[in-house]
Amino acid sequence: MTKSNFTRRGLLKTSAIAGAGVALPTIFTAQSAHAFTNEPTGSSVTLGFNVPQSGPYADEGADELRAYELAVEHLNGGGDGGMMNTFSSKALQGNGILGKEVKYVTGDTQTKSDAARASAKSMIEKDGAIMITGGSSSGVAVAVQALCQEAGVIFMAGLTHSNDTTGKDRKANGFRHFFNSYMSGAALAPVLAANYGTDRKAYHLTADYNWGYTTEEAVKASTEAMGWETVAAVKTPLTQTDFSSYIAPVLQSGADTLVLNHYGGNMVNSLTNAVQFGLRDKQVNGKDFQIIVPLYSRLMAKGAGANVKGIFGSTNWHWSLTDEGSQAFVKSFGTKYGFPPSQAAHTTYVQALLYADAVERAGSFAPCAVAEALEDFEFDGMGNGKTLYRGADHQCFKDVLVVKGKENPDSEFDLLEVVEVTPVDQVMYSPDHPQMGGAEATLGTCNNGA
Amino acid sequence: MEAIILQILNGLDKGSAYALIALGLTLIFGTLGVVNFAHGALFMIGAFCAVTLSRLISLSHEVAVEGKVDFLGNPATESVPYIYDWFGRATGDAIIDWAVPLSILFAIPVMMLIGVIMERGLIKHFYNRPHADQILVTFGLAIVLQEIIKYYYGANPIPTPAPDAFRGSFDFGAAMGFDPNTIIYPYWRLVYFAFAAVIIGAVFAFLQFTTFGMVVRAGMADRETVGLLGINIDRRFTIMFGLAAAVAGLAGVMYTPINSPNYHMGMDFLVLSFVVVVVGGMGSLPGAVLAGFLLGILESFASMGAVLEVLPGLNQIIIYLVAIIILLTRPRGLMGRKGVMED
Amino acid sequence: MLGLNKKDFRLLMIVLGLTMLAPFILNPFPSSSGLAQFNAGYPDLMQRFVIFGIFAIGFNILFGLTGYLSFGHAAFLGVGSYGAMWMMKLFSLNVIPAIIMGVIVAGIFAVAVGYVSLRRSGIYFSILTLAFAQMSYALAYSVLTPITGGETGLQIKSTDSPLLSNLAEGEIGRANLFGMDMRASYEMAVGDWLFTFNAGYYIAAVFMLISFYLAIRIFRSPFGTMLRAVKSNQTRMYYTGLNARPYTLAAFVISGMYAGLAGGLLVAMDTQVGPERMFWTASGEVVLMTILGGAGTLIGPVLGAGAIKYMENILSKINKDILHQWFAFLPDGLEDFIITLVYPFIGKGWHLTLGLIFMAVVIFLPGGLVEGGQRIKRLFSRKKKPGDDEADKASQSTPAE
Repeated sequence: MTKSNFTRRGLLKTSAIAGAGVALPTIFTAQSAHAFTNEPTGSSVTLGFNVPQSGPYADEGADELRAYELAVEHLNGGGDGGMMNTFSSKALQGNGILGKEVKYVTGDTQTKSDAARASAKSMIEKDGAIMITGGSSSGVAVAVQALCQEAGVIFMAGLTHSNDTTGKDRKANGFRHFFNSYMSGAALAPVLAANYGTDRKAYHLTADYNWGYTTEEAVKASTEAMGWETVAAVKTPLTQTDFSSYIAPVLQSGADTLVLNHYGGNMVNSLTNAVQFGLRDKQVNGKDFQIIVPLYSRLMAKGAGANVKGIFGSTNWHWSLTDEGSQAFVKSFGTKYGFPPSQAAHTTYVQALLYADAVERAGSFAPCAVAEALEDFEFDGMGNGKTLYRGADHQCFKDVLVVKGKENPDSEFDLLEVVEVTPVDQVMYSPDHPQMGGAEATLGTCNNGA
Repeated sequence: MEAIILQILNGLDKGSAYALIALGLTLIFGTLGVVNFAHGALFMIGAFCAVTLSRLISLSHEVAVEGKVDFLGNPATESVPYIYDWFGRATGDAIIDWAVPLSILFAIPVMMLIGVIMERGLIKHFYNRPHADQILVTFGLAIVLQEIIKYYYGANPIPTPAPDAFRGSFDFGAAMGFDPNTIIYPYWRLVYFAFAAVIIGAVFAFLQFTTFGMVVRAGMADRETVGLLGINIDRRFTIMFGLAAAVAGLAGVMYTPINSPNYHMGMDFLVLSFVVVVVGGMGSLPGAVLAGFLLGILESFASMGAVLEVLPGLNQIIIYLVAIIILLTRPRGLMGRKGVMED
Repeated sequence: MLGLNKKDFRLLMIVLGLTMLAPFILNPFPSSSGLAQFNAGYPDLMQRFVIFGIFAIGFNILFGLTGYLSFGHAAFLGVGSYGAMWMMKLFSLNVIPAIIMGVIVAGIFAVAVGYVSLRRSGIYFSILTLAFAQMSYALAYSVLTPITGGETGLQIKSTDSPLLSNLAEGEIGRANLFGMDMRASYEMAVGDWLFTFNAGYYIAAVFMLISFYLAIRIFRSPFGTMLRAVKSNQTRMYYTGLNARPYTLAAFVISGMYAGLAGGLLVAMDTQVGPERMFWTASGEVVLMTILGGAGTLIGPVLGAGAIKYMENILSKINKDILHQWFAFLPDGLEDFIITLVYPFIGKGWHLTLGLIFMAVVIFLPGGLVEGGQRIKRLFSRKKKPGDDEADKASQSTPAE
């Protein structure tokens, strides 16, 4: 019996034996034919874009997919080249990856780890994808990352903000460009101190699952470090839609600041409810009551409407940034689709380009070679300033944006304004930081599959 | 003390939402004997009636703005609602501001129509089919309806704020002699509560005091006999379905300022409303209302920080836990009738 | 043969043939053709077909025979998965103990849930089971995170070292059957076709065949008759001095164990488990699979499971690019027009197609897909003696109400 764990079916498409029909069964010996899983042997290479297309994050997924399509176009030499022109590494030529035309397959994660893995597996087993990327939640990112580790392909995470993805669940084959809970906390705290003072009493509402836990921990730690007191931290069910019973008691607790560790629909609803209760018009302890949303996205801001005005949060990237890379990206995305990209679109576009560039520099599609090329890679011109892909945990370190809901938006996309670009040094941490799984967390060894 | 009063208030408000949805569901259960998994979708469509109307009245045309550019550097345009052109800016703004209450007028005929079409076109053929078939077909319909909404409105929630007059909250604490700010409650939620009470009252009055209602109630009890008496019960049941759809739709319209509507809000409420109906007891309208308020209040208490410190995770399961306890101690829920949906 | 009558034996043989030859049957289109998109003969999906087939067969033993509609069956699948996962993490990477553990854990949980829920019938029973499943989901997602891994679920990690294994430092364990990797495959290329024979799939298929065989035996046994009696008239049973509870509880537990087996197999094939496996939509899915295929029939649930999983995995992967490839031969305007028509139903719109199919099947084929098959069969065998039809019907045991 020949063992080949994941096979390059696409191989057939290119090296197909002409004259189909009665040819005798041929046996592929994986070990001799492929050095690694799904080694591309024809004139093209297939990438797997695994994004939520149904469920609550479908719009975010759609934006990710647009960015991927744009990235493929640029990699194959089409369009205006976008951030390829501003990217500090010049390995990409616009002739595909290593001269092979870039093709892609898409799948629906449904924001469920089972469905995401099924979709990723079909890309690997059926379509011969050499790299999987995308996703809009940490549950999915961790599950698919583990799958890619087993299968021996590279996983370039999409939107995932939990510490765990590159913390306790980090994997040698997985890479994350997006920032994380720790960075949000570290970036927000100084801005909050500057704007709201150092003697505030905070009340946390936290989504009752992993991402919520890590975000609460991070924000608590960094705000307490500058003198804030945490009055209470209440967990709310993921499936909650009406947060009134959690928000009503906030004022009674004597807290003067509400931190909403919620994302997506949870955040839209809890923020809307909090504003409804008139919390922001109140005065407690002689201070104006304030609300904070650690992780912001433009789509969420859109869902919450006018309620976001003046509320602080952090974000990975925003289209209004004026650096060369961001502008190039906004221009080519906007020209193609008619509206500015979201942070999800940005991070996935960058991930696709970073992967392609790493392959070019490594001169090979072999996951271990690509991983080595990505590890401790320093680059610039991708919209977040100088960035380091740290080798110890496969997390990107870059400037983090602290944003605020805009008071007078110019358009339906102009909802957030950048308050401060927190320099990367301020959000740096050691790979064995306790919030990141401590000393126990390990990448393991990289897996080429086959 | 303040905390408890506050949570009772909260519970009443939550409960009114549950009761309103469960009421429509149990009307269909009770009158037609149909398990309608598309009821959540009707609630969602009601909410999107509000979204649609507010989009319709703020329909606008593009006007170039001098000296401004959009994000790509092209000359910027500004959208000016047609309504400004017709009524002037101030009146136009007021109309747009009142979009949600106005949607009630819009939603009633739309939802009635949808309900009647649903009943005549689909549900009618399933009266004598097994419940499992009813579940499959209405669940399929629910998926189709929400996918259509998703296709046109996207998956992201759409903010639909209440009129400015209802912004902010009322300070019960100050009014009742407690410290100010301890018991505050948003005006719109109070409106929602009152609205739910009126609707529930109206439905009861309608069934209790009109001939139509009497016939329907008789039909609920014994459809065959009522039919034998020469009364066209089918037509009345169609109207009842339309009515139930309208109740669900109105619940949706009024809910939009509380939570921004999205295409799957119906599914989020579906399971919960089934639990409410069953806990209340099959075929009982008062039971559904009572169960709605009971579960709403208990859910509110379970979300208090002090409770969660003792029993972490209680807020996650409270509704189901209560449902199990009630169903085990009272075989047919709070006020269920014998033999309804028991086999 | 095997204690089955001729008809049942023939059905079993057909299922045996279909599962064994699945890699061929599910891969009808050459890899280079545009239609290869519709091929389902890759290991992961084939595994899912048989595993969810088992899940649905088990569900049907409860629902098809007794008429008790459980709306929380996914909970048993979920706890079975968690049980199997912990077995692999702690005891052995061999899938057999893991699967056995999955079945046992699910069985115990089913005894507890069934004992309580079966005190009520009809929709009250459905809501009780739903309540238990939703509580399991909610707790697994949140406060039980230390055991269940919460949102991110459980995977096998390089730090896990099961008792009966000798993994190298930092090596990630793999599910195996006495050393044979679940992901090992034998590939056969014939012309432009590539057929994959996956070890994991065949192991799952064997489990499915055994489950199917047991289901036939249960359907045909006195126990099965008793269960049908519960469905048709429970009161009358009481009057004849029979207590239905032990029978229904047995059926509930058996069906819960089937779900646990499916859960264990899911973990064995793909070492991952997350709480959304227990969400009410997952419970609803198995109900839909069973009704879609034909509740109360033997083969129906398997067909229903296959149909839903096929749509979920194949339809959702068709994107606009692929449509453009397919319709490239048309003139531009027409191409765009057709694509605009088709696009809402595929890719991100696959749910819409699913909903429409549910409606179409239940409206036009009240007995589910099985009835569709019977109608086609009747269409082609008009010439047969009229008596045959009746015999066919009898062999397919009555569809559930």
